[in-house]
Amino acid sequence: MDFLSKNLPYLLAGISVGGQYALIAIGYTMVYGILRLINFAHGDIFTVAGLVMIYAMTVLPLYISIPLTLIVTVVLAYLVERVAYRPLRSAPRMSVMISAIGVSYLLQNLMLYVTGGLAKTYPTIPFASNTITIGGATTKVVTLITPVLTIVLVIALVQLINHTKIGMAMRSVANDFETSRLMGIKVDNVISMTFIIGSFLAAVGSLLYFTNYASVVPTSGSMPGLKAFVAAVFGGIGSIPGAVIGAFIIGICENIIKGLGWTTFSDAFTFALLIVVLIVKPTGLFGEGAKDKV
Amino acid sequence: MKRKVLSACLAATMVFACAATTVAADTVKIGVYEPASGDNGAGGKQETLGIQYANYVQPTVEIDGTEYDVELVIVDNQSSTDKAVSAASELVSNGVSVVLGSYGSGVSIAAADTFKAANTPAIGVTCTNPQVTDGNDYYFRICFLDPFQGSVMANYAKDNYDAKKAYVLTKLGDDYSTGLGFYFSKAFKDLGGEVIEENYPDGTSDFNAYVSKAISENVDVIFAPISIEAAQLVIDQAAAQGITCPLLAGDTWDSNVVLAAAEGTNIDLNVSTFYQSGVNEEFDKGIVEWMESDSTALANNGGDTKVAAVSAMGYDAYFVALEALKNAGSTDPQAVYEALPTTTYTGITGEIAFNEIGDAARDSAIVKKANTETAEWEFVAEQKVK
Repeated sequence: MDFLSKNLPYLLAGISVGGQYALIAIGYTMVYGILRLINFAHGDIFTVAGLVMIYAMTVLPLYISIPLTLIVTVVLAYLVERVAYRPLRSAPRMSVMISAIGVSYLLQNLMLYVTGGLAKTYPTIPFASNTITIGGATTKVVTLITPVLTIVLVIALVQLINHTKIGMAMRSVANDFETSRLMGIKVDNVISMTFIIGSFLAAVGSLLYFTNYASVVPTSGSMPGLKAFVAAVFGGIGSIPGAVIGAFIIGICENIIKGLGWTTFSDAFTFALLIVVLIVKPTGLFGEGAKDKV
Repeated sequence: MKRKVLSACLAATMVFACAATTVAADTVKIGVYEPASGDNGAGGKQETLGIQYANYVQPTVEIDGTEYDVELVIVDNQSSTDKAVSAASELVSNGVSVVLGSYGSGVSIAAADTFKAANTPAIGVTCTNPQVTDGNDYYFRICFLDPFQGSVMANYAKDNYDAKKAYVLTKLGDDYSTGLGFYFSKAFKDLGGEVIEENYPDGTSDFNAYVSKAISENVDVIFAPISIEAAQLVIDQAAAQGITCPLLAGDTWDSNVVLAAAEGTNIDLNVSTFYQSGVNEEFDKGIVEWMESDSTALANNGGDTKVAAVSAMGYDAYFVALEALKNAGSTDPQAVYEALPTTTYTGITGEIAFNEIGDAARDSAIVKKANTETAEWEFVAEQKVK
């Protein structure tokens, strides 16, 4: 019992941050699954969502700010895809990747310009920001909402992919670009949809993340983004359940390591894990085997 | 066509360059080497505000019988040691006579050699790590040092809270944070206390695990000499976990941003600092009026007119620089460097004189406590070296 009450805070923090990584990781893994592109701008879109929420809350009530944040984020991700990735569709994959890095820096610097470089305090969201005590550990309500909401969203997403027309189109495009196009699937629309879903989940993730860690700077998204990317690789990039499980494992391990007193190594652990996974099982936990498409 | 554009540009640059040299005849440049973004952006901007206000109050200086306009050259070192050197070089190539700054010891240490190589003296305003001036003749400073500050807070924890066990949280790779944490731990152990030390890597925003650790270890005080940005998160998460032991911190936390984070919580927050607002009414009134008339200044101060101690220090640093320029009788950086060791000045934060290392001979620090209802700092004690 003593052991539990001592470690419960770390476990709770781990599950919560794991859920938030999961919501970001899905965006990476879906885009990779379809375009074979690592969307480096994803973490920054996550941060933009945080800033939009801050600015929206200064003038608008909560029930308008949240939908507005989701919409602005989705529109931004759509525009990024339309402007920076779509024109490069037939270019070598490396060009798109570099374009993604460019977008990432562009967004970061735009945010730096808008915020003036100072940290912005995230507004408190009624109920979610309240504190609650579970088994001797005090935390914010959002810590408990996160895993539940993450799982609900992932189940909905899996249903969407397995049982709807657009989902079928996505699976088909992920499998074979050219053949899908020959079958009459509007590939560009499917790709846009992928970015929309990914950024929507990232926006939800940002709401949860910043409610817990209420300070936003232009580079706030880079660390969670990087870790979510590691989670996606860990779970097998391209696999949604893999990304979610990978994210929870990373979130929990990271916090347990802090709980053991090795705070200095909590980040080192995440990236050491990435290296080990890449060496031992390059396709990750649930990754597809290497198919030679050429 | 391209060639035409190019030549037009060149011509424009030359005209501009000529114009610049004609103006420069009676202008003396003072470099402001401060972060305006990154971890220490908020504090750096407030320190710069103090310097800008001082420049507004006293825009000219008489050097060797000639009246010079003082021009501030402001650069952003982005709170980052790898950007520090290029920001410092920019000041040097701009031909500044003396440099003020920086907020954050790490960037000051990183740029110290650049200033030394250019024979340009620098006056540290609130960089408290001993290494800033140690071994570098060209770096001076007007604030107290971390060994002193650490021992002040350790004594304060012992005397006021009867603390026996302290939790010290520092940031990995941050010279200010690890330095001050080390000196606090050392002083606290010398007083017979027990210390638990932990640190966090750059980019951390999840401090729950650290707060949990402090709670589960049942510590009597938490000492967290970390940046304002991290402070916001630590306070927020400590409040969420219902922490009861007092939080102590160094001079960085003396900021309205930290006050705003603590407002409405039950946290017992104490900081050591340079200046208590209200000591010099004329300065307080003046800078508040100036900030109210300038919306950019107000935004840089975090949106309200609460005067930060670093602003007061910036104000004093500017006048120390003017004093040194007068004593040097020249705008040549080397002459200013030679004049600095004997320069003295009585500022709003106290007497300023330099010892043989180039540090200010200061023997007292002010301890303040946050009133979390009114979001104001309350004066607790003026602590002297024992």
